[in-house]
Amino acid sequence: MKNPKTLFDKIWDAHVVTQEKNYPAVLYIDVHLIHEVTSPQAFTGLKKRKIPVFRTNRTWATADHNVPTKNQHLPIKELLSRKQVEALVKNCKDFSIDLYGLGHPWQGIVHIIGPELGITKPGMTIVCGDSHTSTHGAFGALAFGIGTSEVEQVLATQTILQYKPKTMKIEVNGKLKKGVVAKDIILYIISKLTASGGTGYFVEYVGSTIRDLSIEARMTICNMSIEMGARGGMIAPDEKTFKYMKGRQFMIKGKEWGKAVAYWKTLPSDEGAKYDRIEIFNALDIEPMITYGTNPGMGVKIKSQIPKLKFQKNNSEKKQLRKSLEYMGLKEGQKMIGQHVDYVFFGSCTNSRIEDFRLAAKILKGRKKAKHIEAFLVPGSTQVLRQAKKEGLDKIFKEAGFELRGAGCSACLGMNEDKIPAGKYCVSTSNRNFEGRQGPGARTMLASPLTAAATAITGVVTDPRNFC
Amino acid sequence: MKSKVTKIISTCVPMPDENIDTDQIIPARFLKSTTREGFGKNLFRDWRYDAANKPIKDFILNDPKYKGQILVAGRNFGCGSSREHAAWALVDYGFKAVISSFFADIFKSNALNNSLLPIQISEDELQQIFQFIKKDPKVEFVIDLQGQRLSAMRYPLSTKFEINAYKKMTIMNGYDDIEYLRSMQKKTEEFESNRKNDYSIDY
Repeated sequence: MKNPKTLFDKIWDAHVVTQEKNYPAVLYIDVHLIHEVTSPQAFTGLKKRKIPVFRTNRTWATADHNVPTKNQHLPIKELLSRKQVEALVKNCKDFSIDLYGLGHPWQGIVHIIGPELGITKPGMTIVCGDSHTSTHGAFGALAFGIGTSEVEQVLATQTILQYKPKTMKIEVNGKLKKGVVAKDIILYIISKLTASGGTGYFVEYVGSTIRDLSIEARMTICNMSIEMGARGGMIAPDEKTFKYMKGRQFMIKGKEWGKAVAYWKTLPSDEGAKYDRIEIFNALDIEPMITYGTNPGMGVKIKSQIPKLKFQKNNSEKKQLRKSLEYMGLKEGQKMIGQHVDYVFFGSCTNSRIEDFRLAAKILKGRKKAKHIEAFLVPGSTQVLRQAKKEGLDKIFKEAGFELRGAGCSACLGMNEDKIPAGKYCVSTSNRNFEGRQGPGARTMLASPLTAAATAITGVVTDPRNFC
Repeated sequence: MKSKVTKIISTCVPMPDENIDTDQIIPARFLKSTTREGFGKNLFRDWRYDAANKPIKDFILNDPKYKGQILVAGRNFGCGSSREHAAWALVDYGFKAVISSFFADIFKSNALNNSLLPIQISEDELQQIFQFIKKDPKVEFVIDLQGQRLSAMRYPLSTKFEINAYKKMTIMNGYDDIEYLRSMQKKTEEFESNRKNDYSIDY
């Protein structure tokens, strides 16, 4: 083929409005998702300029970061959170933007509801003032997180100034071993490439392992691309993608659907397309993973030990490891299995879809959490919550001693009242184990829903393969 | 019109930790304001103050020896969340530039959008700067945006840094991205009407 192109290049090229010499590209944005935390200052900017939102039909809003997960029908107790959510309601009203906020049957985490409602589609450009916008890449969309100044650019013009990033192909081949799921794949990749290894790149995930994953599992992979510094991650659309999308609320319908599918089939990278970098992994090397440190790159196979200081490549890595372990209250060379745990959190845009809850339920069914464990599940959306109840998962969780809450970002970042107390250990299905991420002094260990469920039962870090 | 930046001459605050993420720069619980101002008081909140809100003595921002408009930080500064509040907090506190050997992408563009200069230099040069400051906390550095040069006063360091040409121009002249994009509005509308294969929204 002449001039073979990558999936990324095809979408990028189709969205460049113009590019002047020495200027970044003016990139057209198909869908702009907004939430309460990173949008208010952008709306204030529009008001100051006395300009409207340029394309309201391409802008969608929800409230997720600040919302309580208990008693969502009551006014938000915390004053600043309430004010921020109210500001979103007012801004959406003033600027005529559809808002699926608290109380709406479609409310949920912005990156859960986009795909769920069929807003997310292949071939699109999607932005949101949130780094986990990369989630939408699982549909073969070019999706990335932006700052608030850029949110204002998109609200004002439906375009954004961007330099083209480099591309990286990450290939994973082979059949996954028992007990290994999407979260383990991405934690493994990040542990190999480090928390900064993807910076400057847009990633495309390929290979038989990725193709074999469900769409929701692919979202988990793309979601965490940012945790290795990559601007985004994407996976070419295929029949599974089309099947998952068909019939959703805002999906293309009728005879347009066939045309859309025909176009989407042209998107996968051409044979011979060039990437700036290629990394290849074997599924057989991947095992259930858990993090021990304070960035998502500090993860190990669950049966392994925490690395020793003397084996660190250089002084700065040694220093970082020492500092992380001091914060985590863990020791070099220590085994992860058997480590005491206080909290188990299921949720976040990484792992709060129905399939994640089904995974957890598989292990929790007929079992009970350890007495000392505080465990809660926060669905990614109100629709996920309804589906979980429909499938009877709520009963399994309740019998296991779990609390099933309302939808939101919750303890992934502790902006609402769901926080992990200082010094306590939490095995979390979320995406970041930074210092204080789940609350000041909280100690986070990232893992899959299977590992989190197994750990909840025993009360210590546990290999999920003991239960499946 | 934004304020213009051309040259910064200042002492530095050294923070050699690597992978300083935006949750450290400004923890999530302080993101609830709806304005851009006032984040400086919570900059590095959990490293700066203990649970009783008492300043933690050995944290660099609480050490009167080190002051200045330039933060010098270990590699991969600003990783994690896309919150522009991190850049706002640094600016509100009084920083005008951050020097590091590597920046996270989104932080870098957020910084540039707030005229906070992300100055990327080699790891060796970065370590040299830490040594100079250790020896002499009063050493001043000059960031010359026009010439794209970072140099130390009285110490042997002068190095060129890269910055994207467009952003350099806007920062030096106080130009605004949105005005530029709005000047392209006709092209955007043409793009919309000439577009093929737009299945992004169901009309």
